[in-house]
Formats: sequence, structure tokens, C-alpha cells
Amino acid sequence: MDWGALHTILGGVNKHSTSIGKIWLTVLFIFRIMILVVAAEKVWGDEQDDFVCNTLQPGCRNVCYDHFFPISHIRLWALQLIFVSTPALLVAMHVAYRRHEKKKQFRKGDQKCEFRDMEEIRKQRFHIEGSLWWTYTSSIFCRLIFEAVFMYAFYFMYDGFRMPRLMKCSAWPCPNTVDCFVSRPTEKTVFTIFMIAVSSICILLNVAELCYLLTKFFLRRSKKAGNSKQQPNHENKEETKQNEMNELISDSCQNTVIGFSS
Amino acid sequence: MNWAGLYTVLSGVNRHSTAIGRIWLSVIFIFRIMVLVVAAESVWGDEKSAFTCNTQQPGCNSVCYDHFFPISHIRLWALQLILVTTPALLVAMHVAYQQHREKKLLVLTGHADAKHMEEVKKHKMRIAGSLWWTYVCSVVFRLLFEAVFMYIFYMLYPGYQMMRLVKCEAYPCPNTVDCFISRPTEKTIFTVFMLVTSSICIILNMAELVYLVVRACARRSEHHSNPSSGKGSFYGHKHSSEYKQNEINQLLTEQDGSLKDMLRRNSGLQEKGDRCSAC
Repeated sequence: MDWGALHTILGGVNKHSTSIGKIWLTVLFIFRIMILVVAAEKVWGDEQDDFVCNTLQPGCRNVCYDHFFPISHIRLWALQLIFVSTPALLVAMHVAYRRHEKKKQFRKGDQKCEFRDMEEIRKQRFHIEGSLWWTYTSSIFCRLIFEAVFMYAFYFMYDGFRMPRLMKCSAWPCPNTVDCFVSRPTEKTVFTIFMIAVSSICILLNVAELCYLLTKFFLRRSKKAGNSKQQPNHENKEETKQNEMNELISDSCQNTVIGFSS
Repeated sequence: MNWAGLYTVLSGVNRHSTAIGRIWLSVIFIFRIMVLVVAAESVWGDEKSAFTCNTQQPGCNSVCYDHFFPISHIRLWALQLILVTTPALLVAMHVAYQQHREKKLLVLTGHADAKHMEEVKKHKMRIAGSLWWTYVCSVVFRLLFEAVFMYIFYMLYPGYQMMRLVKCEAYPCPNTVDCFISRPTEKTIFTVFMLVTSSICIILNMAELVYLVVRACARRSEHHSNPSSGKGSFYGHKHSSEYKQNEINQLLTEQDGSLKDMLRRNSGLQEKGDRCSAC
């Protein structure tokens, strides 16, 4: 179970996301997870071995390293990425539940069910409305909170985002104050700033997606209120269906409308 | 065979689990196995090479490391995760056995075409009858293994906290020697994290157990209040082909009882009713 497996799991969620959600997922996997795996892990690979203190006192190096790095950047980023990507699974679970309900409906032979067979139910993309809208919005909200919490944890633990070259340590058993030197400080600073920047971009994308969903929700609500005042009968059912189809086609990247007959 | 192989094997079981079972499986794979593989293993990677004792006595380092870490956290977690996930294979085996019986039934009744065989393979088994017992046993075993490992952890590493310094007197170390552990704070953070997720998994397992028991009792009381529903109430048309087809369809969707029961029902004998052997 590694990042590849997480990619497979979340790839399925991608189908039911908005366009901004798909961009966010791409940024997450390419600019954060991939950078972490192919570059950052090598930069931090020798962080303890090459953490050198100006003393021969056994144990002083270990203690000073532990004092200045309670948890390594790499591990914090790994945890951040895992926590930030898992709220999407709430959406996946909700979609699976809806699909299960539709299959039940189909099996009972419900006339209202508009699908011809199980394959269509399996392939259908669900519109983000109703309870699914709430689940989706909650998942974005959770993502935002996790991102913010981890960025704060980073800032709090490492006093800013810069890696100093030299640290002065006086923890026992080090005799008096001892100079300790961090390995590759500039490279680490570069990658830290890069990851913080991408994290900020992800936060912005999440905020934009939240605004987009809220706007869509209010627009749909006002449209419904307007429609129900004018024509509550069946005459406009065909036009309403056609409007919905056009909305879906223009809203999303994929053409997912199946089962409607003109 | 690695964690990915285990994931492939257990994903199949997922289909026949309850909703809580699926959440449990996701928590196991994402918050425990994945964190173990991508983060925890690198934290404990240099645990022996960076374990330093304040002595130059050869052998003292090794002996003290072995004394304080009889089995590494990483290996204990790996064993725990393997043992905790494998009871689900009992369910997989039972489901495979039931599917095998259904296929045999189809062959006997002359419906052994590819479409029906595919349908048997793909449809979700209802957790009722003997499968219910198997499923409940698997959940109980999971709970047991989780509890046992948490206790072992507590016995081996009291308090779950990793000390910076341990004092060692084992031969050949001269007198008492200070030994320093590498990355103790990071190790404590991950130990606490794994402990918390383990507790969450225990709670999920208990909730699943309660859910299964409640569902079984509800089904039983429903059956008692409505005994004439379903199978066994067709007398007049016992030998008609529609009756036979109804029986087969019912069997395919509900899969109750043993093969003998299925064949008996299929020949039109009176059915004593749906047996819920749960409560």
C-alpha cells in the first residue's frame, strides 16, 4: 500500500468531482506527492546521519537532533497528504451508497428508474446536488482545515520555514553549548518553500471550489423558485429535461448523461 | 507478496462486508498500512545504527539494543496488521464455497449458461445464516488480535513513550552505561498515532458486531410475525415451470441453507420457513 494505491483509490473519486476538484487532485498528485517521492525524500534521506555536532560526547548528536527535529519534514508532509486526500473518500462512499440504492430500485423493477441495465448504473456520474452536495462541501471543508492545521504545525515547530545551517544545543549529555550543523540546509529550504507554495495553491483551489459550489447551489435554488411560480404542469417537462442536459454538458468535462430520451 | 498483494486479496472481501466493515478496511489500509509504509518505516530505519552507547566496549551496543528492543515496533505493527486483516479471508472462503454451491445448483437445474454463472460470481451475498456466523467469528477474531497486540505493546514498551536515554548494565558493558535512542520524539508521535488508529478500529469492530446482532434479531422477529411470506407457500402449482423458476430465482437472490434444502425446495416440498440461526 503506497502512494500508487492511494492514486488508484482517489482516481475513482475524480469522476464525481467538479472541474476545480479535478485540477486540485492533479496538483496534489503531481506537484506534491510526486515531488515528495522523487526529490524531497532524497534530500532528507541523510538528515540524521549527516547531522554533525562539534563534540565527541556519545549521545549528544542523537539528543540534539531529537530536540531540533521532533518530527521530520518528510513525515509531516506524508501525514498531511494522507489526511488531505482522505475526505474525498466520504464522497466516494456517498456515491457508492446512491449507486446501491439505484441498483435496488432497478432490481425491484421500479418504473421511475430511468436506466436500461446495471452497466449504466455503474457508469453513471452523479450530479452534485441534494445530500451529495452537503457531503462534497463537507469534504472540501475538512481538506481546508487539515491543510491549515498542518501549515500551522509546520510554522510552529520550525519557527518559520527556513532551515538554519547551524544550531546551538545544550541538552544533556552535551557538555555546555555545542554547535550542530544541519545537512543540505539551502536545498531543504528550497523544497520547504516549494511545498508551502503548492499547499497554498491547493488551499486557494479548495476555497474557489467552495465558492463555486455555493454559487451553483444558490443559482439552482433561485431557478427552482422561479420555475415553480410559473409552470407547475407537465407541458415544460421536455424543455426542462433539455435544459438540464445542456447544463450538464456545459458544466462538466465529461458527457455523462445517459438514459434520457428526447 | 507485499502489502499491495494483501490489498488485492482483501478488496474482494470488501464487496460482501457491511458498510462499517468497509470503513474499517479503509481505515486499516489508509491510516495504518499506508502510514506504516510511507512514514513509520523510515523513522525506525536507522534504529540500530543510530543507537549509541557511551562506551567503546565491543558488543555493548548490540547487547543493549537487543535488551531494550526485543522486537521492533515496525515488526510488531506489521504482524498485527497481517493477523488483524486475515480473519476476513474466512468470509471470503465461505462466500466462495456458497458461490460454488450455487453454480452446482444451476448446473443441476439446467441453467448453466455463461450469463447465469457470471451473475452468481458478481452478486453480493447477503450476510445471513451460516455466513452470518462466519462473519461474526471473523469480527471477534479481529477484536481479539487487536487487543492482544495492544497488550503486548504495553508490556514490552510500558507507557508507549520512547525514552531518549536508557541505562544499560548487560554484559559486556562495564558497569552502567548510558545509551541514546535515535529520534525518540518522532517515534513517540507515530506510536501514539498507531495506537489511536488501532483504538478506532476496535471501536469500529465493536460497532459492526452490535449492528450484526441487532440486524439478526430484527430479521428474526420479522420472520416470527410474518411466517407465511416467501418460500413454501406454493402448493397448488408445485410442478409448474413458473414455480420452479421462482424457486431458483429466490435461491439465487437469497441463498439460504444447505444444498439439500435447496434441492428439496426445488422439488416442491413444503418449506418450514426461513431459518435465522442467529439469536
